[in-house]
Amino acid sequence: MNISSLLQYLISGLTTGSTYGLAALGFTIIFNSTGIINFAQGEFVMLGGMFSVFFMKWFGLPIAWAVLLAALATMIAGALIERLAIRPVKGASPINLVIVTIGVSIFIRGLAMLVWGKDTYALPAFSGDKPIAVLGAAMMPQSLWVLGVSLAMLAALKAFFSHTIQGKAMLACSFDRKAASLMGIGVERMVLLSFMISALIGAVGGAILAPITLTSFDVGVLLGLKGFAACILGGLGNPFGAALGGLVLGVLESLGAGYLSSAYKDAFAFILLLALLFVRPQGLFGRKSVKRV
Amino acid sequence: MKVRFTVVLAAVLMAVLLCAGRPAQAEDTIKIGAVLSVTGPAAFLGEPEKNTMLMVQDAVNAAGGVLGKKLEVIVYDDESDVNKAVLSAQKLIKKDKVVAVAGPSTSGNSLGIMKFFEESQVPLVSCAASEKIVNPVGKWVFSVAPLDRHAAGKILADAAKKGLKKLAILSVSDGFGQSGRAVLQELIPAKGFVLAADEVYGPKDTDMTAQLTKIKEAAPDAIIVWGTNPGPAVIARNREQLGITTPLYVCHGVASKKFIELAGSAAEGLMLPAGRLIVADQLPEANPLKKLLLDYTAKYQARYNAPVSTFGGHGWDSVSLIVKAMETAKSAKPEAIRNALEKITGYAGTAGVFTYTPENHNGLSEDAFVMVKVEKGDWRLME
Repeated sequence: MNISSLLQYLISGLTTGSTYGLAALGFTIIFNSTGIINFAQGEFVMLGGMFSVFFMKWFGLPIAWAVLLAALATMIAGALIERLAIRPVKGASPINLVIVTIGVSIFIRGLAMLVWGKDTYALPAFSGDKPIAVLGAAMMPQSLWVLGVSLAMLAALKAFFSHTIQGKAMLACSFDRKAASLMGIGVERMVLLSFMISALIGAVGGAILAPITLTSFDVGVLLGLKGFAACILGGLGNPFGAALGGLVLGVLESLGAGYLSSAYKDAFAFILLLALLFVRPQGLFGRKSVKRV
Repeated sequence: MKVRFTVVLAAVLMAVLLCAGRPAQAEDTIKIGAVLSVTGPAAFLGEPEKNTMLMVQDAVNAAGGVLGKKLEVIVYDDESDVNKAVLSAQKLIKKDKVVAVAGPSTSGNSLGIMKFFEESQVPLVSCAASEKIVNPVGKWVFSVAPLDRHAAGKILADAAKKGLKKLAILSVSDGFGQSGRAVLQELIPAKGFVLAADEVYGPKDTDMTAQLTKIKEAAPDAIIVWGTNPGPAVIARNREQLGITTPLYVCHGVASKKFIELAGSAAEGLMLPAGRLIVADQLPEANPLKKLLLDYTAKYQARYNAPVSTFGGHGWDSVSLIVKAMETAKSAKPEAIRNALEKITGYAGTAGVFTYTPENHNGLSEDAFVMVKVEKGDWRLME
């Protein structure tokens, strides 16, 4: 075994893992305010990347503006989804709403394919393509962007949920909708807000990932799936758990590919995930919930 | 109410007219069918194939048709789904009573519908690349796409010329990658090379540095990547990022400008076997394919305002070969077309020069490919 290879596996794993973690973050917000898993979360990530690429292409905008506009556009898309697909069926059981989000994700993917075509697109890296050498291993500047932005978003979310009245109100909705509304919280407004925030997080994630992962209309499927796995691994509803779960999943995959077999790297990560869930069903960092339906 | 009645009336009238128009046409039309993946994941194959086939149909008709009759290509979209391909094939054979079928676009769909053509004794000219389509040889099944074996052979011949001994494979875990991987696993030892590493990545993977790091430890003389976009572009970027200078071969699956666009500067210096279409303007004047390829490129771009691809070329070759077979046989009977197809020798198509025999229903050889290198963001012919 050689140290620089091991370091390279870890760096690769952390880079891929932070992409999973970013996708996972969005799941936790909507879950926290509505108790549903939004399977269109991967589509938000895709929209962030694709909007950025096309705002740059169509309007010739500099990348920072393109990303900002893409995030706004995706936020609007998130709001529209809540208004048009989720709110009309309010009162339905969470499982029905989950199925609605699956439908929404298929719809968005189809629409993106019609508008942008089936090709893959690349976004230029934010600060160059020159790799940084770390003890014989190489790291792309974009990976630092991904890690940095993920951390910043985590901190912002933490502050939002524990220090603002809006964030606390949102949490209250997830514990008990009825009680929250009796306390004078506008539950519908909170749900709308949660969709917009998670769309924003997804879109920013999609935009900073696009230089590394490339982007296409169907990039959200895998990111959504891996993000969901990261969420489960870290414990549903815990933003820190979700981000860490993503990193753990990424590192496991990378080490599996390096030291076992690259053909079975996905299987390897998911077997460990299953094993962990047998031992700790609430995930690595989840609270043990007494009753959660 | 009145409006609705008028609409219904109009629809009925149209239907009557269409039905009435049909039998009169059938007398002086030769119908061939096509089952193509015009939509769905394999649309990048089926769409240019369909466009090209309709273009060939119009060109043949403008030049007076086949055997004095009009050529009609009936295209059905299988939506990249093997079940739809089976239904389309049966519809073409039983209902439309076509004399030959071109396509399907994908290997899976071709393998799925082959047996109906043996049963109903109608020739099928597949646009897909799997070796299983023509090996073992089926009496009624032909193919026009160069085989993975041809591409792999071309890469290995180039590696031998450069004196590279230890080779590493990095292939995608889908059908395309695994078929290429199997051929490489067979040919690398058979041709006296050493297989240093054999790694795999998933079709949707976004980071292959782990696999490349492992390959780097094995210290091969060259790496062969087998996959379609965007995987190989990611690998090219990762290779540059890791500072690996080992020569990298990619396969014919990425032979489009899209690959260079996605890989950016990381594509520089990469080598691949490709059909002559992408370097048509660099071919020597004496090459018999040059005029055909430039002509196809110009006509396709003029009509569809889209870049040509080798896949569209397969559409050109399959329909042109069927037409050619009808002309040499002076008949549009399925049996006569099949027999004439098997005797075609030295026919210049977009993929290469086709020579069919009773033992070889693919008709192409390693010569269908030329080695190409990426230079200053464009393809450059190596030989």
